Amino acid sequence: MAFVAPKETYSGKVYQVNAGTGANALSFGGENVLPFNSFEGTVPNKPLIAYEIQDIPPADWPENVQKPYSSVSGDPVTWAKFCQDTLKAKAIALRLIGTHPDRENRSPEDAAKTVKDVLSAINVPLIILGSNNAEKDAPVLIAAAEASKDKNCIIGKAQEANYKTIAAAAMANNHKLIAMSELDINLSKQLNILITQMGFDKERLITDPMCSALGYGLEYTYSVMERIRLAALTQNDLTMQPPMLADVGMYVWKIKETQAPESEVPLWGNAEERGIAWEATTATALLMSGAELLIMRHPKAVEAVEKVIEELGG
Amino acid sequence: MALSGVEIFKLLPKTNCKKCGHPTCLAFAMKLAQRQATLDLCPDVSEEARKILGEASAPPVRPITFGTGDKAVKMGEETVLFRHDKKFVNPCVLAVEIKDTLSESDIIKKIEEVLSSELDRVGQKLRVDAIALTNASGDKGKFEAAAKIISSKAPNVPVILSTTDPSSAEAAVKIFTGKRPVIFGANSGNAEAMANIAKAEKAILGVTANSLDELSALTEKIKSLGVEDMVIDSGAKKAKDIIGNNTLIRRAAIKKNFKALGYPVINFAQRDDSLHEALIAAVGIAKYASIIVLSSIEKWKNLALFTLRQNIYTDPQVPMQVEQKIYKLGEPNQDSPLMITTNFSLTYFIVSGEIENSKVPSRLAVMDCEGLSVLTAWAAGKFTASKIAAFIKESGIENEVKHRELIIPGYVAILSGSIEEKLEGWKITVGPREANGLPAFLKARAA
Repeated sequence: MAFVAPKETYSGKVYQVNAGTGANALSFGGENVLPFNSFEGTVPNKPLIAYEIQDIPPADWPENVQKPYSSVSGDPVTWAKFCQDTLKAKAIALRLIGTHPDRENRSPEDAAKTVKDVLSAINVPLIILGSNNAEKDAPVLIAAAEASKDKNCIIGKAQEANYKTIAAAAMANNHKLIAMSELDINLSKQLNILITQMGFDKERLITDPMCSALGYGLEYTYSVMERIRLAALTQNDLTMQPPMLADVGMYVWKIKETQAPESEVPLWGNAEERGIAWEATTATALLMSGAELLIMRHPKAVEAVEKVIEELGG
Repeated sequence: MALSGVEIFKLLPKTNCKKCGHPTCLAFAMKLAQRQATLDLCPDVSEEARKILGEASAPPVRPITFGTGDKAVKMGEETVLFRHDKKFVNPCVLAVEIKDTLSESDIIKKIEEVLSSELDRVGQKLRVDAIALTNASGDKGKFEAAAKIISSKAPNVPVILSTTDPSSAEAAVKIFTGKRPVIFGANSGNAEAMANIAKAEKAILGVTANSLDELSALTEKIKSLGVEDMVIDSGAKKAKDIIGNNTLIRRAAIKKNFKALGYPVINFAQRDDSLHEALIAAVGIAKYASIIVLSSIEKWKNLALFTLRQNIYTDPQVPMQVEQKIYKLGEPNQDSPLMITTNFSLTYFIVSGEIENSKVPSRLAVMDCEGLSVLTAWAAGKFTASKIAAFIKESGIENEVKHRELIIPGYVAILSGSIEEKLEGWKITVGPREANGLPAFLKARAA
């Protein structure tokens, strides 16, 4: 019996989303096949990795991921420039974690100033993230969206509790929007519908089904992503066709495996290499399930994942 | 092509004799179609029907046991393309390459790395499963000598013998007689000779080709020579080809029941850069590899790959559970706070992670709620005041802590009064609703 390649043709495709302006603007998404299945369709763009920085020094990051930024992370502008110029970041994700009420509780005005300063120092696309406090994120992200008007940034994250104000701000200031729900394909679909019902263009959305770290629920994120992607492709479900975000660094660099020194757990091996491998492996697994936009922290992990992306596409 | 229940029914005796334990032949046919029964339950089925049904009901990816004894690993038997449809069955084998050009002491060092690779994670024992001995020297004597070292130092570890020279393969495989090694392998140039050796030694035969067409033709030829147990290599080395070929092989086997590719897949991930190699292996683990060959097995890399393999092969319908007990986080003393949650592994990981982030030494009582999360367990009547009270009483914690204060998840604040009634002498404090509120909550208390 001769072999006939069982290729699939899907009725749907993933929206292509671009971010940034000018020569360094970048697109992701746009494929009409499952991740990296370029043998049966078109994959016009590679997944994009953004380096995560934040508005306050990363005192809460584990030492091994603080270290590469020790000379620059005191100031978000210097930090952003370092990522762009020295690490050759293709995009930067600025997390306004200092605005969280339990942290420095920085004001929306302070956040807006940080956004302006960072934007004036870089020319790669910028992702602007709140502190994940649904209440505080609303005023902070409105101020941030206004401060970055027409720069085609990616703003997030809009959640069920605050999507109206954040989506309105993203729309008024010509940004893309991340819609996040908690590990459930139906919640994810519902939020996308609610946001588009406000008049927000569905082709300007990015879905965040919520990330989880390797060993800490990764399989849930993995399967929710796979199901979202299958709904987009096989059922041509327009509400499931935005590209997907994996916010990897934040989830990976708070678990024991990325922090415990080898002296405490000899069987786990070198802590620094383990942390880098943990972030890179989590990211690679989520690429397999459909993530097109990743936010990561350790330069060596980013470098390794970019190398795999090259090999998967070339 | 898999047969439907009705198609199977047509081939059965239609006597409704019930000897198979089913009320009717049709009911039995339906069970056969769902692979919930086997044909040998029917004593009266005709030879012809047995042949047709036997072929159609064989699993789409052939089940093969690699190695023998307690370190043997099962491969194949997969039935789906996506893990949310049904559990991926047999976790991918991780093997490390040992080249026969290494010195004896270096070979022994690698073997020892394999033997000491075992880790425990969420109650499962995970390890590097196999050794792949490569005939890099091209010399038969060296290959045989290295095989002998492996056989004496790691007699229970499943072995892949990688050489394209039939006489070297024959010499080495005899060292592992009865131990179900893989001979890797057969190609279009040596297929007959290799098939004969595999058949005589009851070994598994690795088959390698440069395309899926060539591979299909080769497995059919080898099967006709009497070898049934094969593992297949499409020649893919680059990540792009690994994902492409592995996907097409799995689809052909499962959706088309294409027997010539219905075998476990072996991928070669070896790279100079160990982290890059780990990520190529991650691609293979996610996308359908049954064996992945690595060049190095550092501990950090093993932990990441074992964990990914465990995550991907978890049953999506059965929540992962952790053991019911009172966990110590940090180094708690008799005054440290005591919290309670359910034994859904994700709940445990997130809650314990946030407690560790708070740097406040604590105790976390994890109660068996059949792997449900807090709200679900409460709704299902498994996380109730009387059950919590009984668990705390029986845990013996009253001898360990001086205080009598239990912190409960904010989502079940409603339980606080009734727990206080049932757990005499205890004060119940309502904690935050979400685990991410724990660091602020615990720090504020400690201050």
